[in-house]
Amino acid sequence: MIFAILMPFIIAMCIPFIARFKTKIHTGYAVFATALSIFIYFLTLLVSGDTDIFYRYSWIPSLGLDLTFYTDGLALFFALLISGIGALVAFYSVHYLSKKERLGHFYVYLLLFMGAMLGIVTSDNIYALYTFWELTSVSSFLLISFWFTRKASTDGAMKSLLITVLGGFSLLGGLVLLQIVTGSTSIRTILTEGSLILSSDWFPLIIVLLLLAACTKSAQFPFHIWLPDAMEAPTPVSAYLHSATMVKAGLFLLLRFTPVFRESESFFIAVSIIGLLTLFWGSYMAVRQTDLKGILAYSTISQLGMIMSMIGYGTEAALFAAMFHILNHATFKGSLFMAVGIIDHETGTRNINKLGGLWKLMPVTGIISVLASFSMAGVPLPILNGFLSKEEFFTSSWELAQTRTFSTGFADVLMHVVPYAAVAGSIFTFVYSMYFFFGTFTGKRDKDTAEKAHDPNFGMLISPILLVCGVVIISIFPNWFSHHLLHPAANAVYGEAMKEHHIKFWHGLEPALVMSLVVVILGIAFYLTRKYWAGLYQILPGKLSGNAIYRGLLTLSEKQTKTVNDRLVNGSLRQYNMVIISVISVVTLAILFGTNAFDLTNIDVSPVSLPGSLPELAVALIMVTAAFGTTVSEKKLTAIIILGVVGYGLSILFVLFRAPDLALTQLSIETITVVLFLLCFRHLPEMERDRKEKVSKKVTNIIIAAACGLMMTLVGLAAYSQRLFPSISDYFVKYSYKLGGGDNIVNVILVDFRGLDTLFEITVLAIAALGIYSLIKLRHKGGDR
Amino acid sequence: MEIIMIVLAGILFGFAVYNILQKRLLRIIIGTALLSHAAHLFILTMGKLKRGAAPVLREGTENYTDPLPQALILTSIVISFGVTSLLLVLAYRAVKTNGTDNMEELRGNNHD
Repeated sequence: MIFAILMPFIIAMCIPFIARFKTKIHTGYAVFATALSIFIYFLTLLVSGDTDIFYRYSWIPSLGLDLTFYTDGLALFFALLISGIGALVAFYSVHYLSKKERLGHFYVYLLLFMGAMLGIVTSDNIYALYTFWELTSVSSFLLISFWFTRKASTDGAMKSLLITVLGGFSLLGGLVLLQIVTGSTSIRTILTEGSLILSSDWFPLIIVLLLLAACTKSAQFPFHIWLPDAMEAPTPVSAYLHSATMVKAGLFLLLRFTPVFRESESFFIAVSIIGLLTLFWGSYMAVRQTDLKGILAYSTISQLGMIMSMIGYGTEAALFAAMFHILNHATFKGSLFMAVGIIDHETGTRNINKLGGLWKLMPVTGIISVLASFSMAGVPLPILNGFLSKEEFFTSSWELAQTRTFSTGFADVLMHVVPYAAVAGSIFTFVYSMYFFFGTFTGKRDKDTAEKAHDPNFGMLISPILLVCGVVIISIFPNWFSHHLLHPAANAVYGEAMKEHHIKFWHGLEPALVMSLVVVILGIAFYLTRKYWAGLYQILPGKLSGNAIYRGLLTLSEKQTKTVNDRLVNGSLRQYNMVIISVISVVTLAILFGTNAFDLTNIDVSPVSLPGSLPELAVALIMVTAAFGTTVSEKKLTAIIILGVVGYGLSILFVLFRAPDLALTQLSIETITVVLFLLCFRHLPEMERDRKEKVSKKVTNIIIAAACGLMMTLVGLAAYSQRLFPSISDYFVKYSYKLGGGDNIVNVILVDFRGLDTLFEITVLAIAALGIYSLIKLRHKGGDR
Repeated sequence: MEIIMIVLAGILFGFAVYNILQKRLLRIIIGTALLSHAAHLFILTMGKLKRGAAPVLREGTENYTDPLPQALILTSIVISFGVTSLLLVLAYRAVKTNGTDNMEELRGNNHD
């Protein structure tokens, strides 16, 4: 199991080597084989019924960080989807991407994504889940910008990254809160603490954060704006990431926590409204697109919204229908994307206005498209799985009012509005499906584009044909899939055993059928009369579109960042030092006074007595005077010499305080330093005072300097008066001779106990010496001035 | 005595910072040198002053001054010597190349 999940990562590491032979064999086959073997592995798990597999690797147990994988019905369902579609997409991409492209990069990203996605669905640890979640965002970013020389690609990649990473951040927040509330990092433990989560004060915030994560990832209104721009990615990527798998990670997140949330009313209200709004908005926007991939992008948004709303309902029937529709959507939308890729490949355009009449030229692609798009529309035919799941959607919307009761009036009203909203949203779904198919395959041929168009070679057709076969097979044998795949998954989502669902094509004259018929009839009417409605599609969104807001925010933040940056990083050393020193001083002073850090009552100091302490006091006085002198002296020679006075004063203090080694070192170093200063001083200009310098500047300098001095004094007093730990020094005194074999304790510490420190000290000196040598030898291009 | 030394270190820190905030390179270097003096005094004081003999083991002596701060300072003195000399040579090179040691004139431009 662990191997199956890590396999994409391992193969990804080998891809650069495999890609060297890309002229002989297309790198995509390696990826295809990887995905296929993972698919087969998970299939054996499914068939053997051996579902609850568990693997654990502890990393930092004290922080609850471990790598734990497990498969329940839900994880297995998604894992099959990811690896199955992944295999088909890899195979398709072999024919889609020519060998001239940077195949090595492409397949590394793709495998990275596949591994991360498998990680998301099988992780038990919430932080592992989060890591894999972010990894999918990153790999999606890399794949969208695969053709990085196009500006639209990089812009789209940037947009998707900004929005999904925002969601990832809020996911982290939500998960941390979940850990705080339940005290566990394991999803399975968290799920057993449902009542604890629902009753906690954090619950509303948890819902908001997790919803934000799910909505950004699954392109829900108003965060859907990144998905249409992500269509700049190569078409296999669009089919895989941006319709079949990655955008469903958001749904997966909600499904994972549905056993806890489904009872909550606020969850119902928020998720249903977002879902229905997205369903409507996506299908409405899809109708006004002219790019085939644009239509499919908005259609994906809309379909995700539909699944979202079913998750919001939280009833048995709705959750089962959600799982069913996730499966169906992957089949028909995947094949549609591949069909669009073929059309683009053959005719060189994806603009629906330039296409038309392709049915005769590309019959196989046409059959694929008609089955897939009619399935998407929910046309009532027994060979279209989209109709079956749409029917389930209508049923669950209609029965919602009978199965759930709510305490608040708003939820009660919403519950009765839901069926009508579901129908309204689905009408446009029908319209854009028709628009997509008939606009491309019927009508007049365009002379420029249709000339050379024909069905591609068989290899490119295999994947979409298999997916469309899936559409038909699922609709003919829905109950086989229901029993083996959907039922275990829905059980895991519902949190308790639900009765097995029987999917039928013909339910009798039920409300759901009436709703379907209303959609079909109104849809046909809208489609046929669409010329008269053209104005309707131009009204919204106007200036308030999500894209305008996104662009506005982006430029605003860029501008603000630049302003702040220019003000802080203006090239003035003095200003940098000023900011750094004053921030340190103010913060430290505030903390010192805030925590009342001084306790000078029983401070242990050595006594000061006259005349015994006279030498120390005299030296201190000299040092203060000399230090003051360095700040006012205008001659550089004077300044250097009185700096020496401070240094020699310090070495006298070392003598007085019984530190012979220090005194010796300080004396010799001070002498060398002064000599060095005098060597350089000849080359440095005089330091005459700037008479024009502003008084305010001077006062600021004095204030900051005084604050820093005060801060250090108080830190010293606070540190000295309160010793929290016993000193380690006694150890050195005791063992200096025994372990180090030396009488001079300071020396033993330096060369023995802390020998490595000294080694690095010497290294630093050597580096400094090298730097000095090269600086002196260095000759600037322009020469010396 | 420790309090006096802490105050002395504080005063040295103050003058060091004042020097660092000036615009002449030489003054800034003097400031950093002063800063390391202040820090050394500060560290030494933290180990308590004048409590016993110098830290060289001798028969019959029980109390020694704290050897640990001394070891730390010894390392630090050498390092700050390295830093000061590097800064000095850097200043020398900067003056040779740019013809000025005024930091306000060495700000580069926005495109660097």
